[in-house]
Amino acid sequence: MVDTAVSVPMQQPSRWAIGFRRGGARLWVGGAIVAALILVALLAPWIAPHDPIEQDLLSGQLPPAWMQGGDTAYLLGTDSLGRDVLSRLIYAARVAVVVGFVAALLAGAIGITLGLIAGSFGGWIDQATSRLIDVWMAFPPILLSIVLAAVIGAGLTSVILAIVVVDWTRFARIIRAETAVQLQRDYAMAARVIGLNRGQTLRLEILPNLVPLVVTLLAVEMGVAILVEVILSFVGISVAGDTPTWGGMIAEGRQIIYQSPWVMAFAIGCVIVSVVGFNLLGDGLRTALDPVQRR
Amino acid sequence: MTAVLSIQDLHVTIGRGARAANVLRGVSLEVQPGEVRGLVGESGAGKSMLGRAVLGLLPADARIGKGGIAFAGRDFLTLPERERRDLLGRQIALIPQDPMTSLNPVKRVGDQIARVLQRHLALSRRQALQRATELLAEVAIRDPQRVLDLYPYEISGGMRQRVLIAMAFGCDPSLIIADEPTTALDVTVQRQVLQLIERLRERRGAAILFVTHDLGVVAKICRTMTVMHAGRVLEDGETADVLTRPRHPYTRALLAATPRADRPADALRPVPPALIESLWSEAHRLDRLSIVGGT
Repeated sequence: MVDTAVSVPMQQPSRWAIGFRRGGARLWVGGAIVAALILVALLAPWIAPHDPIEQDLLSGQLPPAWMQGGDTAYLLGTDSLGRDVLSRLIYAARVAVVVGFVAALLAGAIGITLGLIAGSFGGWIDQATSRLIDVWMAFPPILLSIVLAAVIGAGLTSVILAIVVVDWTRFARIIRAETAVQLQRDYAMAARVIGLNRGQTLRLEILPNLVPLVVTLLAVEMGVAILVEVILSFVGISVAGDTPTWGGMIAEGRQIIYQSPWVMAFAIGCVIVSVVGFNLLGDGLRTALDPVQRR
Repeated sequence: MTAVLSIQDLHVTIGRGARAANVLRGVSLEVQPGEVRGLVGESGAGKSMLGRAVLGLLPADARIGKGGIAFAGRDFLTLPERERRDLLGRQIALIPQDPMTSLNPVKRVGDQIARVLQRHLALSRRQALQRATELLAEVAIRDPQRVLDLYPYEISGGMRQRVLIAMAFGCDPSLIIADEPTTALDVTVQRQVLQLIERLRERRGAAILFVTHDLGVVAKICRTMTVMHAGRVLEDGETADVLTRPRHPYTRALLAATPRADRPADALRPVPPALIESLWSEAHRLDRLSIVGGT
């Protein structure tokens, strides 16, 4: 027996370590930005220097502390009603994070389920789902969200709903195509040969292979959801008026852009950094998780 | 003694209407318990299609026109889907052609072996993993405990084929379909894998339908053999008889085209094109007859 025995090379460093190293700078920078965003959102009441809706009409439109006429009590200045910009940005992160995560996860759950079904059954089920996605995607997405949010009414739930209803197609389309591809692979055939049924094959064999793709899609979708929420609150159909949102701050800042441009600038900066952060994280995770690139 | 596999006059067509192509034109063969039957033929002879028909893995547009497949006396084609799945992996197993792609890339080796054991033998995960360790030791893998924890991309092609062989023999099936299991391997590894299959078969007593285009392999491990061409069986019998006293001109031509150590290299002759031509036109004539006959 010894003549044909084979052994494997000695143990390499941990797979997690290799994966993280391969994810590279994108994974680290993206992860740091997203982690910071989540922390800020969670800890808002403790780290915000002021109440975000507390008005100080005597010190309205103060510039940031380091500029001429700034006040160190208001690090990033105040808006036209004398509310602290920094505190408002911090509280607005809560809305962004909740919308980003909940909307992306829900849209993902619906889209992935439909994508798996369409991709694995094929035939008329696939045709019907694919045509539905085509029709759905023919609507301008932002417009559809705005109409939906307007119809359902303002509030956090309706913002999330509006995003989910529009964005499930992003998942469904890609997961459908990838499921069909994976089912053609030899390992999927091998799964059927050991007697697994369609559901088991999808759940136990195909889905784990889609994880890198799903994670990437989720991360990117979180960024997209934040962006959509900003647009909805910019046009004033997001959460209630007294809850600070980045979109709302951009809308307010627009009115006083010539007197105090920082209000708008800081809010826009927050949006850009968060969306870039989610995209970097998604990219990094894809590289880190992809088994094909592990070779 | 009931044959473990009995195929009667099997016709399989791929595609519909004008694009329909016959891939099996009335194939009959039997595999007795414990028998190793070689199934040889050139590319396109329909030998892999035959294996896939037995496993219920025909492509979606394939149709079984007439004929039957019986497994241990039970009609396999009319068996309800669920009962057929209970047989797959349990009583009928596959050793696939390409070890590089037939394992799930994102699942640990141990989990993949355990999956088939858990599916059919009502073992707990622990017991299944324990059994998987024994199986890996049986296919001559050193340090099986550690290999269980590895991913397919971390082991060599020969080792992956051993893992697949371990999976095939895992539930002690009575029939194994080996679909060119050594084609994708190095010549040195091929030998070891063949010895391994032979040894396991002696110990476990499964019948094997060994699909290959390599007459050398057939001579080495198959007691009986079937020669196919253009979806038909041309010759069938004990390997020793067929190889020493081939009756069909195609088998003779095939033998003349096979390199052997005891013959000079210039004695090699390709299979005469005229012979192939006449075989195909005969096959097509049969097709026309069966259409006229209205099956």
